[in-house]
Amino acid sequence: MTNAPILTVEHLSMRFGGLVAVDDLSFSAREGEITALIGPNGAGKTTVFNCITGFYKPTEGRMALRHGNPAIFEELAALTASSLRSRHRQDGALYLLERMPDYLVTQKARVARTFQNIRLFRGMTVLENLLVAQHNPLMKASGMTLFGVFGLPVYTHAEHHAEEKAAKWLERIDLLDRADDPAGDLPYGAQRRLEIARAMCTDPVLLCLDEPAAGLNPRESAELNDLLLSIRDETGTSILLIEHDMSVVMQISDHIVVLDYGVKISDGVREEVRNDPKVIAAYLGVEDEEVEKVSSEVGL
Amino acid sequence: MEMPPSASATRVDVPRALKDAAIAGLLAFGMFLPLIGFRTYQTMSNELALEGRPGLLAIFVGLVMAASLLGSLVVRPLAERRAAMRKPGASVHAARMRATIAKWFTPFALGFMVLYPFMVWSFAGTQGSVKWIDNFGIQVLIYIMLGWGLNIVVGLAGLLDLGYVAFYAVGAYSYALLAKEFGLSFWILLPLAGILSAFWGILLGFPVLRLRGDYLAIVTLAFGEIIRLVLINWVDFTNGYAGISSIPRPSFFGIPFNADDDGFAAVFGLEFTPLYRTVFLYYIILGLALLTAFVTLRLRRLPVGRAWEALREDEIACRSLGVNTTNTKLTAFATGAMFGGFAGSFFAARQGFISPESFTFVESAMILAIVVLGGMGSMIGVAIAAVVMIGGTEIMRDLDFLKLVFGADFDPTQYRMLLFGIAMVLIMIWKPRGFISTRDPTAYLKERKTVAATFVKEGRG
Repeated sequence: MTNAPILTVEHLSMRFGGLVAVDDLSFSAREGEITALIGPNGAGKTTVFNCITGFYKPTEGRMALRHGNPAIFEELAALTASSLRSRHRQDGALYLLERMPDYLVTQKARVARTFQNIRLFRGMTVLENLLVAQHNPLMKASGMTLFGVFGLPVYTHAEHHAEEKAAKWLERIDLLDRADDPAGDLPYGAQRRLEIARAMCTDPVLLCLDEPAAGLNPRESAELNDLLLSIRDETGTSILLIEHDMSVVMQISDHIVVLDYGVKISDGVREEVRNDPKVIAAYLGVEDEEVEKVSSEVGL
Repeated sequence: MEMPPSASATRVDVPRALKDAAIAGLLAFGMFLPLIGFRTYQTMSNELALEGRPGLLAIFVGLVMAASLLGSLVVRPLAERRAAMRKPGASVHAARMRATIAKWFTPFALGFMVLYPFMVWSFAGTQGSVKWIDNFGIQVLIYIMLGWGLNIVVGLAGLLDLGYVAFYAVGAYSYALLAKEFGLSFWILLPLAGILSAFWGILLGFPVLRLRGDYLAIVTLAFGEIIRLVLINWVDFTNGYAGISSIPRPSFFGIPFNADDDGFAAVFGLEFTPLYRTVFLYYIILGLALLTAFVTLRLRRLPVGRAWEALREDEIACRSLGVNTTNTKLTAFATGAMFGGFAGSFFAARQGFISPESFTFVESAMILAIVVLGGMGSMIGVAIAAVVMIGGTEIMRDLDFLKLVFGADFDPTQYRMLLFGIAMVLIMIWKPRGFISTRDPTAYLKERKTVAATFVKEGRG
């Protein structure tokens, strides 16, 4: 059984001057699944991420994200024709991500992301990092600061709740003991986990991870796999990830999209992609011996 | 007996020290030659003449060389020996002592500030204490408040603002003009001046939202200058260079501080002295400064304050978490500007006279120096820096003791800025990230641990 898509990317192109970073890319990420975006260095994966999360405005293309009932995609044509960013119905909502600024992509469309080079608030404690992630609900509870300044119970209650949620995530990523230490003081692997937990504290429907396994040792990689699988299975959050580490990609992704020079060269479940000669050629180079070497690595 | 390697490393290297001192002396000679070595004066026939001052120059160069020798022969070996002798347990002991000091410092400082006018009064008498409460107490508190206000923008949000004095000016002119024009009281105009300044803060905020670092600094600097030039040139409105005089003074619940029959002294059956007004003003600015501190401490623990600090740490990460960075920056500018406006309207009410001269770039630089020297983001650090910088400058007004060193015709007031600069350089060598560089977390699960300075970012814009 395949799930309905939660994000559809259609004809996405991103050009920087004369450079075409992403060229007419279409794919979809399905609800409750882990979709991996892979490709050699410079293939345009991070550019796709930056477009989805609103950091770049794509040159062309449509990126639609839904909440609720998959049938909401019926509204896509009407929404595109309008000049609105989103369309809400009783049973769900549809967002056009290319029309939204970065912070609204997280705030309204609830797409969260992590970064290839970790971007934690290093001078703030681990707990504070997770509280900043809950900025919007807390801001609302503090009555845009007004209730908060006077210390009204509405706000203290909300803050307590936010701390509990943070503690829950810290327990999950095994960092509860270090809650009151500065985030910059954590070892590398823990920083990676914390960044994922911080993104999860924004209550996303889609979590975008940019190379979450980069720099991790095999044991940490395995732990990361478990964490991502548990996020998928327990919170129902769909995951879109960029990854170079094949042990992560091949073990946990339900669906793989392969990019090379900004163009999609393959798209399918693990086995399909693994056996696709175009992928092997692009990803591993065309030398026969290299193909063999890596084929054996990925267990072909 | 064999010396351990660490002990031999601390042995004093005399030739090297002498070489260093000679280099320092040479540098000092080059620098002080035009500054101190010569003096221009007017002759009887109105001609400008140059007079050499080799003696004074020699004293200065000698002082620098002596300081260099002292540093390399005494201070550095001592510090190294102490570092080598430090026992493992000593740092724990020192940390505990530091924690105790930190715990008692705030209540002690608060008590001192509240009692300060009375202590001065009892020591210096009615005549002598006006100077100490006004020039020293009130002046320092104004700068503490300005420092705390700018600390929100620079220290918390990490936005380098070189034109903060503009908001101080807006507050001062708002009070002066509205009080003279409409006769409104200080207590109505104080919040109004704050609101007007906050409005100007937002107005400045909009164009600079996309700027960071050096570019932001330049634009804010220009903004400060624009406000000052408008104040100078819009003569119909602001009276230009001449400034605004006889600004109404705040009254004690409607009772003015004057020698009349319905004045403060007469109503309370006291003998008239200008001291009452000074003490009253002192408590107003103390209250305003404490309000600033209270609000800032509260805001830091609210989402908006955390967003400010997160913005300083990493703006892109902020946006990826759904924080509206535009609003966050604007609130920082507006809040900082508001406190600047409060301080400005107090300044106008206290002086009774304001002119554009009071709002030059040097003021902005001074306030920024207080924030940087105190340790960005630290309230106590900023307060200490304000006391050192402003209090220090005030004390340096009486430098008569220097005449003993340099001779009777030496004018110490001319060297105020030089000494001031030396003091700042020394402080920055000793504490490169300000007096208090650690950061207090705004929330904790089990234990409140301060965040070491190495992790805290200074902000890139």
